[in-house]
Amino acid sequence: MEIHRFERLWLALSLLLILGITGTVVYGATAEGIKMVDDSGGTIDAENLQDTEFGDPGVRKVGENRYDVYIVAHRFFFDPGTSQPIEIPAESTVTFYVTSADVVHGFQVADTNVNTMVIPGQVAKLTVEFDNPDSYGIICHEYCGSGHHSMEGELDVVPKSEYNATEASA
Amino acid sequence: MSTPTADETVTETTTGETAAGHSYDASDRLAYVERFPDAALIVRLCFLVAFGALGLGGLFGVIQALHRTGIYRGVVSSADYYTVLTGHGVLLALVFTTFFIAGLFTWAVTRSMDRPLSSIRLAWAWFALMLLGTLMAAVAIVAGFFPSLGISADVLFTFYPPLQAHPLFYTGAALIIVGSWLAGANYFLTYREWRQENPDARIPLQTFMVLTTMLLWYLSTIGVAIEVVVFLIPWSLGLFEQVDPLTMRTLFWYFGHPVVYFWLLPAYLVWYTVLPKLAGGRLFSDALARIVFVLFLLLSTPTGFHHQYIDPGIPEGFKTVAMTNTMMLLLPSLLTAFTVVASIEHGARQRGGEGRLGWLRSLPWEKPAFSGCALAGLMFAAGGFSGMINAGMNINYLIHNTLWVPGHFHLTVGTAFALTVMAIAYWLVPQITGKRLRNRSLAAVQPYVWFGGMVLMSNAMHRAGLAGIPRRTAEPEYNVADASFTGVVGGYQEMRIQIAIGGVLLFVSLLLFLVVMVNTWRSEKSEQLRVDSRIPDPLSGPEHGPRVLDNLRLWIAIAIVLVLLTYAIPVGSLLADGVFAPGGPTVPV
Repeated sequence: MEIHRFERLWLALSLLLILGITGTVVYGATAEGIKMVDDSGGTIDAENLQDTEFGDPGVRKVGENRYDVYIVAHRFFFDPGTSQPIEIPAESTVTFYVTSADVVHGFQVADTNVNTMVIPGQVAKLTVEFDNPDSYGIICHEYCGSGHHSMEGELDVVPKSEYNATEASA
Repeated sequence: MSTPTADETVTETTTGETAAGHSYDASDRLAYVERFPDAALIVRLCFLVAFGALGLGGLFGVIQALHRTGIYRGVVSSADYYTVLTGHGVLLALVFTTFFIAGLFTWAVTRSMDRPLSSIRLAWAWFALMLLGTLMAAVAIVAGFFPSLGISADVLFTFYPPLQAHPLFYTGAALIIVGSWLAGANYFLTYREWRQENPDARIPLQTFMVLTTMLLWYLSTIGVAIEVVVFLIPWSLGLFEQVDPLTMRTLFWYFGHPVVYFWLLPAYLVWYTVLPKLAGGRLFSDALARIVFVLFLLLSTPTGFHHQYIDPGIPEGFKTVAMTNTMMLLLPSLLTAFTVVASIEHGARQRGGEGRLGWLRSLPWEKPAFSGCALAGLMFAAGGFSGMINAGMNINYLIHNTLWVPGHFHLTVGTAFALTVMAIAYWLVPQITGKRLRNRSLAAVQPYVWFGGMVLMSNAMHRAGLAGIPRRTAEPEYNVADASFTGVVGGYQEMRIQIAIGGVLLFVSLLLFLVVMVNTWRSEKSEQLRVDSRIPDPLSGPEHGPRVLDNLRLWIAIAIVLVLLTYAIPVGSLLADGVFAPGGPTVPV
């Protein structure tokens, strides 16, 4: 079968593009350490969250500059996040554990790459670093019912020096 | 038969191709409807349902564009927005696509093998089944506007459990799929008859494309069929307490990615086999077209996890495998870009085009069948690049479930497919009705209006997605939280306006199309058509490609092996803790 030389060149460039794009992902995964949400959060009984870590959701300090945040997505609010903002100090490493008490939701901290599906029965686990004080919106980005558009929250990254007051209550 | 009148035929018969011994004769002017009246009736009915769904789905689309941008929220409440959104997704992505494809494939199979369908009764059966399914699903969706009826299906196109729709919705969706399977059986039985009479011939190119696409469809719809028939219908009838949401998502996306190639490949069929002729030339290479379709059959299905990159519960390794397969799928599309552009350039040069890019001016841009396909192909290139971002596993964190994603698929299924459908209808509807195209000047501007509307809407949707603005929401602005979206490129207000204007332009374009179709359909039959149905042979014919390309059994066997390699372990581990576990509460909508 004869292939025109222009087409051979095109084929070579196409393969280069495919390798290049795949290469950026591999670079992100290895050099930058971007890990995908996976099965490491484990499974959970969505109808009995009260007997788990999610029975008392919120921020927990687990080490020097390290925090775990447990969040339950309900139709149509995040607990915590919606009625009171989630507060964490700047210059910290934060692991979010997010699960659902009812249907499929989304959990996205807008303007960051904190973005996961929230699936009943599964715990989504993401570890990220927050370097600077800022305020972020949290969005449920998966349709979860007629009030879906009102499902939002807030994440406040406060200066380290101002954090101690809230830490005690978390 | 009288001689051709001085209309479109003038340019089409002076392409220079006649010198190569392919003279047109009067029979090419005879409508397809005269040769295959039974099949033509089925094709017409399929197109009728498809265009009806397109009209209603498009109306829902413009309501959404105005509602979610906040330009006008008076048509429906924000709670009913999701009824509209479900209707938009199901009518366009399932009904419009499946019916049009079933009709187009009926035409392609009968035309390219030059024989009627094996069984017209089977054709009536699959059409009736698909229509019944459509009516059931439509009733369930539209009933959502009337809460007193107690029937609702506000679960969107993806119907993720544990949100639960009325059983009518799931049953209707299942009947559409089963009907499409029977349509495929109709094509295969017709092919078998042809094969008995032509034991050594190469499969005609269009038939080859139909059969490989249907094999891909059979392989991929197994996932959604199991999800709906085995799990969701019994669950919605109350026979099961719960289903596992992640297993259901996995079954859905096993189907949910290859389905986009089920939409795309019919557009490719048109671009490979009809577009070169509309440009005044011939297809570059028959063998490369076959290779492209085989690659899609092999690689389309083992990719579904790339829709689940940020799903918890699925190990990263399986996501990586899906990414690699997805990236390899770029290859057949990039090959298509080359072949289609080369074929068009050949056509332009046949028409006297010269120069490095000057040949572009020699193309029939005033003919909507050509311009629509060409613009659809151009937009598909842009959609392909945004698709590469979607497919980049960790890059996906930035855009997953943001407005970027519908920005992407309005370029692909919303333009590469939909605009190609409208364009080819200008060429095909006269053949299946025996009527000349009416309102030709409206038809001539229609693809450009679509293109303009989509440029506005889609670019703004992509950029809004980068700013984090979510998809699938009636009110994307913050209501509760003290936050705002900051545009990465451009401002929030500017994107909002572009999306709304773009949506309105798309709807205007759709109305133009429907006016042309209705007036054409209602006009008198014509003795002689303006269009000619002949499709010239490729520059490089099937004899220059290896025969193994036609070995459909081999390709489907390899495709099945690839699916097993990709899915056996992760699905096994999802089911290991119990088929219905971990479940969740059932939430009827």
